[in-house]
Amino acid sequence: MGRYVIRRLLQMIPVFIGATLLIFLMVNVMGDPIAGLCGDRQCDPATAAQLKREFGLDKPVWQQYLTYMGNVFTGDFGTAFNGQKVTELMSTAFPVTIRLTLVAIVIEVVVGIALGVVTGLKRGRPIDTGVLLLTLVVISIPTFVTGLLLQLLLGVEWGWIKPSVSPDATFSELIVPGLVLASVSLAYVTRLTRTSIAENRRSDYVRTAVAKGLPRRRVIVRHLLRNSLIPVVTFIGTDIGALMGGAIVTERIFNIHGVGFQLYQGIVRQNTQTVVGFVTVLVLVFLVANLLVDLLYAVLDPRIRYA
Amino acid sequence: MRGATHAKWAACAAAVALAATACGGGGSSGGGGGDGSAVLSASWGDPQNPLEPANTNEVQGGKVLDMVFRGLKRYDPKTGKAQDMLADKIETTDSQNFTVTVKSGWKFSNGEAVTAKSFVDAWNYGASLKNNQKNAYFFGYIEGYDKVHPDSGSQSAGTLTGLKVTGTDTFTIKLTQKFSTFPDTLGYAAYSPLPSTFFSDHAAWLKKPVGNGPYTISSYTKGSQMQLKKWDGYTGTDKAQNGGVTLKVYTDNNTAYTDLMAGNLDLVDDIPASQLKNVKSDLGGRYINTPAGIIQTLAFPYYDKNWNKSGSDKVRQGLSMAINRDQITNTIFQKTRTPATDWTSPVLGTAGGFQDGLCGDSCKYDPTEAKKLVQEGGGIPGGQVKITYNADTGSHKEWVDAVCNSINNALGNDKACVGNPVGTFADFRNQIGQHKMTGPFRAGWQMDYPLIQNFLQPLYYTNASSNDGLWSNKDFDKLVNQANAETDTSKAIKLFQQAEGVVRDNMAAIPLWYQNGSAGYSDRLSNVALNPFSVPVYSEIKVS
Repeated sequence: MGRYVIRRLLQMIPVFIGATLLIFLMVNVMGDPIAGLCGDRQCDPATAAQLKREFGLDKPVWQQYLTYMGNVFTGDFGTAFNGQKVTELMSTAFPVTIRLTLVAIVIEVVVGIALGVVTGLKRGRPIDTGVLLLTLVVISIPTFVTGLLLQLLLGVEWGWIKPSVSPDATFSELIVPGLVLASVSLAYVTRLTRTSIAENRRSDYVRTAVAKGLPRRRVIVRHLLRNSLIPVVTFIGTDIGALMGGAIVTERIFNIHGVGFQLYQGIVRQNTQTVVGFVTVLVLVFLVANLLVDLLYAVLDPRIRYA
Repeated sequence: MRGATHAKWAACAAAVALAATACGGGGSSGGGGGDGSAVLSASWGDPQNPLEPANTNEVQGGKVLDMVFRGLKRYDPKTGKAQDMLADKIETTDSQNFTVTVKSGWKFSNGEAVTAKSFVDAWNYGASLKNNQKNAYFFGYIEGYDKVHPDSGSQSAGTLTGLKVTGTDTFTIKLTQKFSTFPDTLGYAAYSPLPSTFFSDHAAWLKKPVGNGPYTISSYTKGSQMQLKKWDGYTGTDKAQNGGVTLKVYTDNNTAYTDLMAGNLDLVDDIPASQLKNVKSDLGGRYINTPAGIIQTLAFPYYDKNWNKSGSDKVRQGLSMAINRDQITNTIFQKTRTPATDWTSPVLGTAGGFQDGLCGDSCKYDPTEAKKLVQEGGGIPGGQVKITYNADTGSHKEWVDAVCNSINNALGNDKACVGNPVGTFADFRNQIGQHKMTGPFRAGWQMDYPLIQNFLQPLYYTNASSNDGLWSNKDFDKLVNQANAETDTSKAIKLFQQAEGVVRDNMAAIPLWYQNGSAGYSDRLSNVALNPFSVPVYSEIKVS
């Protein structure tokens, strides 16, 4: 197990370097960011040159990348164009997005798995068909439609919630945005769990467990569910990163000042430091989430543990 | 507001399960009588640059400066005319040397007195190359600027030789050339005075800017919200009529509009284009749509031989006549733009140099004449016009496509004009700066100060700061120089108008439309207005 973890950690290094390099190149290809800083007029050349020097944009790209990565390892993510440290931006944006992701994941796991188990056990019954249809609807409607619709109905028409989230972004304010963010994944989790449960229901170990006279609850939770969760855990694990990075749409709709907002601002203003900094952290989140998934496999199914 | 307030209690009870704390109701915007102590909330965008007077060149940061600072002059929110604010008098005999007397008794909100030194230090800071101020060029007329802010290399002086403090409340300005309307430019935020703490503890000042205006900043969370409250010690006559303003950063102006509809926000000063159709029925009389000092034009690359040969002016004129401005402003912009008939803006007023109809027939839609002129001028260079624009913000795609459509119809050739989108604004500016344009490109001009000079000189004078197409005309330059040297303001304006005539005769740029400022507000507010810069006049808003 120890060697396995170390091997996985070593594998993360090339992925990390490759991903950051790609982002760095892509943002740089978009042109000179200083040109956009002066509004609809040309920056005066002396100030532009000085700003370039200050942000290190006058050097060749490979050199910029090396300096940048060197700084990142000492915890310095550079400065955004509005004079704030990127680490400062991160410290305000990430907690908000993490809260939002947590809300979404909890909804996804609790509701998704529960619905999956119910439908998996009652395959072919009206409740199964109903939930299947519902998930189909949820998957086929884009998130921004669900988001805007809920915002309009709950926020404006009925006045149940505030249409926008305050800068504090407390858990209770994030329930509706979290639900919107989770909706599509929720449907996938339900479907994955359902199929997996339905398949394993007829397997030998379940029959044995039932024959041993174990209580139904124990059969379902300890034997059936535990073995059926492997594909679901894989999905949820990769989904953590996807939710954090993909929150741009939801964050825009509900005015949440999280990672999505900062990334959007960074891209529109072509702020290399912000974009690369945030993406670097997101890549790390992805990698760690994947590692956790692989470790969880071993917990769920001892056969998967290697060495 | 559809029932959002009167059904609140019932709704709150029902929503406990959903979002218990979301029912605070008006929250910060609630309470308060008509006594001027109530606080209003308004939409805001994240300022692009650090909030320093000489470093702020966009509307969002400008809003705050307008609340927190007062300069020598201030532009009347209604007429746009420059009026003395901190200036007791600004005297000159030759339009080149000015003596400024600052009113005494003014203070910064930290108690420090505003003196002549507060101005001179601030201006020297703004001009100095090492401080990277994006508005440094505003000090370009002052003697010694080329030493403090050379075009290349490092600066050889720390302060402008043209500025001298001659007493506690007096200082002198020496310009490098005659510029009769110079005092009227001093209302621009870049010329604001700064307290000594700005220089002694810059980082702390940036966290919480201190100025001398009707409001003070009570808290500032970068990127999300700024709370300003009325400053009781304010000495000016334009004291705040409300208790304060909470500026909330919105990720999307649609969300701000939704918040206004839900009673969660009081003032939105950027109505999303998609809501323009509904805004009148949603808000009734609480919707403002007034002209601002913004004109949109199509500029041309004069560095490209194809666009700068004999007959080109006829092609440009023909293209101008092929654009159906009325139809586009009505359908795409829902009348938030007005078809342009000159190269300035109606906010200047006729006394300020605006001439309705100066463009004449060249700006009227006439497809037959358009086709004839383009043919006489030798046809479109390369057979196709490509209008370059940035596609990331401002919904430019819609109108560029409409303009092209109009041109194609008029010329009877569905390939005569196409849009050429550029991904980001930065890249768009980059390509313009590197002179890579091969055809007309979007040019928007928002005035810095309401003077006809500001609509002409920076854009069309040879090698001027915003002359992106490198247009050059000796007659125009001569007239502008004469106008700047003229001490009589009305004569100066006449000369500028003659210069504008040169722009017209050559169709240096195709004027499209004047942009309006649009805003909507809740029924708690009254006396809401936008100034000529399309910024709400916050201090005059009354909250009930």
